[in-house]
Amino acid sequence: MPNFIMSYLDPKVTVTPGSAGNQFWALMYVLIIFAGVSVAVICMNWIERKALAHFQVRLGPMRVGPHGLLQPIADAVKLMIKEDIIPAEADQFVFWIAPMIGLLAAFTVYTVIPFGPSQAVSDMNIGILFMLGVSSLGVLGIVVAGWASNSHYPLIGALRSSAQMVSYEVAMGLAVVSAILMTSLNASGTGTLSMIGIVQAQQQQGVWFIFKFFPLGFIAFVIFAIAMVAETNRAPFDMAEAESELTAGYHTEYSGLRWSLFMLAEYAAMIAVSSIAVALWLGGWMRPFPNLLHAPAWDFIFSLFPGLTFGGLAAIAFVEAVRMPTQSFFRIQRIGLAVFAALLGFIALLLLVIAVAGRSADMSVAARFREGIDYVYWFVLKVAGFMYLFIWYRATWPRYRFDQLMKIGWKVMLPISLGVLVATAIVGVIFS
Amino acid sequence: MNPGMTAGLTSAVNAGMTPVGTPWFFYVLAGLAVASGVAVITRRNAVHSALALIVTLLAVAGLYLMLYAPFVAGVQIIVYAGGIMVLFLFVIMLVNIDRSSKERQFNRIWPVGLAAACALLALFVSTIAKGKALFPDRLMTLPESSNTQQIATMLYGEAGKMGQYTFAFEIASLLLLVAILGAVIMTKKKI
Repeated sequence: MPNFIMSYLDPKVTVTPGSAGNQFWALMYVLIIFAGVSVAVICMNWIERKALAHFQVRLGPMRVGPHGLLQPIADAVKLMIKEDIIPAEADQFVFWIAPMIGLLAAFTVYTVIPFGPSQAVSDMNIGILFMLGVSSLGVLGIVVAGWASNSHYPLIGALRSSAQMVSYEVAMGLAVVSAILMTSLNASGTGTLSMIGIVQAQQQQGVWFIFKFFPLGFIAFVIFAIAMVAETNRAPFDMAEAESELTAGYHTEYSGLRWSLFMLAEYAAMIAVSSIAVALWLGGWMRPFPNLLHAPAWDFIFSLFPGLTFGGLAAIAFVEAVRMPTQSFFRIQRIGLAVFAALLGFIALLLLVIAVAGRSADMSVAARFREGIDYVYWFVLKVAGFMYLFIWYRATWPRYRFDQLMKIGWKVMLPISLGVLVATAIVGVIFS
Repeated sequence: MNPGMTAGLTSAVNAGMTPVGTPWFFYVLAGLAVASGVAVITRRNAVHSALALIVTLLAVAGLYLMLYAPFVAGVQIIVYAGGIMVLFLFVIMLVNIDRSSKERQFNRIWPVGLAAACALLALFVSTIAKGKALFPDRLMTLPESSNTQQIATMLYGEAGKMGQYTFAFEIASLLLLVAILGAVIMTKKKI
């Protein structure tokens, strides 16, 4: 058994644990990703409330912990101990299983997300197809939840959401196909559906697909970026839960832990679709300008970024701790924030030490660690950009009317994505 | 495909990328497919039937994966489980389930159903009776990684050559187009 575990750490093994057939490390990766996504959802919850508040010139959560940092934890505890109500007329079993469907679909997608060339649970041959398929199962959770509640608003929300998701999936799929076409522009003329393969194709061609055949890649990317907001039911496409029309849409009748499962699924799905966009158009795990600034010195400079990011966060937290009001009431908060800053600073120090120790190109443990941290850092940074965009959209744009939504989906996005697909194929044949 | 990736793949294959727990997965997936298939026809509530059908489709997708046909499995999930079943549910949700579940079945097509079921049973029995003679001696060892490419070659052919099934494939797409046009004409009075 220990041999089996150690065999994956052999520097000669450069594939994902799934491809190497190593169940132990596959399980470890699953656990790491599950924990990471849960933490990301907690962070996202806090950032979203704070950012939305600042967009609207409010302060947002300020009471629970310094700057409301402990608010997500307080919310989670509240949701867990809240009474879990099942309406008397609801379909008990379906009502119970609906949030699980959404959550399962959202988290299953993470098996193929390429955080790095070997930093994924598995590299499936049909990666992108699997991701689109499984994430489209998420709508089942919403539809079934709306029906099982046996109530009008949830049913309307569910109907809207299923119509919307089926419509936008078409444009989304066509945009994805035009990116997959670009992967076939190599010597052998064969493309790939594997997520890792798609990023490696961008590496090989030396260009992110968003800049390929400008503006074709860019248009496909924009269509995907719009469709993915609709797919995850986020503002301005949150017709399924339009609170001004439908109370809370499909989850009106849900409370407590079950409701929080819906929230978890929604945020997990947001991260998942953002990672598709990052892997397909924004170069996945690649750092900026890998072929322009490819000297080892540049490698070293870019590998300092993770440490510097955490250092910056630590500095902000430290400054805020110093700026806390001096009343004795805030003393505990000040100490807590200072400890938090110290923790961030420690992580930053650790990352910097790894970056410096692993700067040689040999296959030492530190070098592999540094490489892995770089890949995951750039991937997560790009995904985080998308997550901020989601908040920005929500704060900026009013909700669409349902007929407008359908009109845009079928009459604007679908023809454009079809046109881009055909144009990409033609240009690809001419230039290959 | 860059050399590093190819080397990685070969090393993975050499490292013994044999399937794990094949019989176990087969029996779980097959049992799931059969059990939920039975649930589809025995549930009185149409939404429960639809949900059971989704489980069946997913279990069958798993079986496709075990047959080294990942592309078919992916398409099964994306088209049937993700697309068609959502539309099914969309329609079923608008039906008054309480009333329709109490209604007696009024059509008289069960003899036809019985005949079809008997024919299928006879097929299964004959397959089991003939046994091994029907199947190839050894399993074809298809590399999982080229399954999608092989399907593409069969459908569209190599460069400058028509594929084996190009014509049938194009005809099938025409059939779908006719269905779409029919739906549009039936719903729109004026086009």
